[in-house]
Amino acid sequence: MIEERFDAIVIGAGMAGNAAAHTMASRGLKVLQLERGEYPGSKNVQGAILYADMLEKIVPEFREEAPLERRLIEQRMWMMTDKSHTGMHYRSDEFNEEKANRYTIIRSQFDRWFSKEVQAKGALVICETTVTELVSDAYGKVIGVRTDRDADTIFADVVVLAEGVNALLGTRAGLRPAPKPENVALAVKEMHFLPQETIDARFNLRGDEGVVIEAVGTISKGMTGMGFIYTNKECLSLGIGCLVSDFAEKQQTPYGLLEAFKKHPSVAPLIQGSEVKEYAAHLIPEGGYKAIPDLFGEGWVVVGDAAQLNNAIHREGSNLAMTSGRLAGEAIFQIKSRRDPMTKQNLSLYKTYIDDSFVMKDLKKYKDMPHLLHTNSKNFFLTYPELISTAMDNFLRVDGKPKLEKENASIRSFVKQRSLMGLFGDAFKFARAWR
Amino acid sequence: MHILVCIKQVPDSAQIRINPVTQTIMRQGVPTIINPYDLFSLEEALRLRDQFGGEVTVLTMGPPMASDSLRKALAIGADRAVLLTDRFFAGSDTLATSFALTQAIVKISETFGAPDIVFTGKQTIDGDTAQVGPGIAKRLDLLQLTYVAKIVECDPDKREIIVERRSEGGVHVLKTKLPCLITMLEGSNEVRRGAMKDALRAARAEIVTWSAKDAGIADMTKCGLKGSPTVVKKVFAPPPRSERAFFVPTADVASQEAENLITTLFERQPALEQDLTTTAAGF
Repeated sequence: MIEERFDAIVIGAGMAGNAAAHTMASRGLKVLQLERGEYPGSKNVQGAILYADMLEKIVPEFREEAPLERRLIEQRMWMMTDKSHTGMHYRSDEFNEEKANRYTIIRSQFDRWFSKEVQAKGALVICETTVTELVSDAYGKVIGVRTDRDADTIFADVVVLAEGVNALLGTRAGLRPAPKPENVALAVKEMHFLPQETIDARFNLRGDEGVVIEAVGTISKGMTGMGFIYTNKECLSLGIGCLVSDFAEKQQTPYGLLEAFKKHPSVAPLIQGSEVKEYAAHLIPEGGYKAIPDLFGEGWVVVGDAAQLNNAIHREGSNLAMTSGRLAGEAIFQIKSRRDPMTKQNLSLYKTYIDDSFVMKDLKKYKDMPHLLHTNSKNFFLTYPELISTAMDNFLRVDGKPKLEKENASIRSFVKQRSLMGLFGDAFKFARAWR
Repeated sequence: MHILVCIKQVPDSAQIRINPVTQTIMRQGVPTIINPYDLFSLEEALRLRDQFGGEVTVLTMGPPMASDSLRKALAIGADRAVLLTDRFFAGSDTLATSFALTQAIVKISETFGAPDIVFTGKQTIDGDTAQVGPGIAKRLDLLQLTYVAKIVECDPDKREIIVERRSEGGVHVLKTKLPCLITMLEGSNEVRRGAMKDALRAARAEIVTWSAKDAGIADMTKCGLKGSPTVVKKVFAPPPRSERAFFVPTADVASQEAENLITTLFERQPALEQDLTTTAAGF
């Protein structure tokens, strides 16, 4: 029997869990955080890009100590066919500011640091402990958790579910439906080690500057998906992900896509001679606004990936996680300082906070986008890249044909592949989903 | 009973990488674990405590971050943890390590009571010497039972212990007086999962941290690099063995295929052919 009671138990030590635990502990709440991995970060997988602003709100001086890889000064967006890519690059020295906006990080190292910050604020963090069950009272209010260690219940006023995308606990406890295959993407990633100078030379970088490449097109074989290459100090994170439902329907394998992506003539020279030292896979919530489950209930709140909070369009996951964790922590602190119980009604404060924040506003803005990309995936990921590539080829190849003829050919091929109505329709739908 | 367990924090050898250029071990980013052999000793110590009452103290020497391993040992169920840490200990070989640990054990005896049994692991996975345990036993003048597979009986009142010890010739059944030093063989027990209560206690436990001076070590020439006669001449990664696969020509008839196989084998291993012909001549 464990006599001790906690103000809050946080399940999981990822971005959301750490943000919640940090926020509550630094305001004096008695927090217990349980993590199943050997250490915080050992099980956590992300690309990964860190957005400074959201972390600054939690740990203002994070730049002094956090293990950051490179600050991002350039973004490349590629539309790929089997042999080509059409790219848009944006590089700016403005990104070389003292307090940079985005960094690449390696989660196993970063999360460890973040957890040290959480512990320094007074939260009790216990690893290698899987929460197996939420314990409820006779009225269905969550009052504690049980772990895989033994049958002992640990009691707390509120449980913060930051358990990640699979949301096994929440699903098992009946707080939410299981995530649907069409609402989650499966991404696979490899870490390619190269000497720092090689990375600097290949990507045109100096010092701690970094580049992000994000690629769509035929690499996803007609499925809704995206490939990426992120520069770390001495390695490249390279990966690709598609919707789980698409993998199932198209009978494609993630490692097959990854191998093909690595062999692509635009990618192969970038990773040539590298040594692969890590392979990881991860589910990403992609359902957007419409897939978000209930965010709070009697004695519990859910944050981060577990709440499906991910902006697939802007590829923001960890900062929605951090922000939702922080807001949940702030709401719980408010309720606690009023000496109010952690009822569903009181915890709705968290929903108020999150509705007011960029998290819900952004997700609402793009609420139709996941559906649009999914239903039109053939056009967006196969047809358009091919058409654009053909147009570019026509434009650049000098072969003595009159230019007007070539331009008309390009336009004709657009219309032929996708009827004029279809093209307008897509553009219209896209614009509306974006608005 | 007061039982002392010496543990060591080691790099997880399953995840060690060799720098291909410098041929040295890349320690950076390699997770650390409790030396796996030590866990069998810890478990045995906890079982004795559970049976006869008393306390289990874990002791380690290492950098400040070695406290992680001590905390893990506490979460598994140990009652107290002592960290011996000092920059003077850097570069210790087995001689200097057993000296420092012995001094710490003497100090532990004075502070928390003399241990009835001192456990160490069979050996570490990073040094693989199996010298520190016996070194401590010698310095403390303790009877030592190495490679113990099973504790058959322990009688704290009569101050006797009977163990099964694995040796090359078979199994020794040995009876010894307490106090003694025991090193447990791997697989001799199943290491427990610590209770939630222990995990909570471990997370906030105060780890007793001693410098060389705190542990009462006066003679610094016996510590660290100065006290270590072992000199590392060279560290290298052995080149991977170049075992190659050979393809045997296929044939329509099975007997032909068998012949192809044997021909290929004999081509690569002429000695084998000789041996076989000599043996076959006997029939």
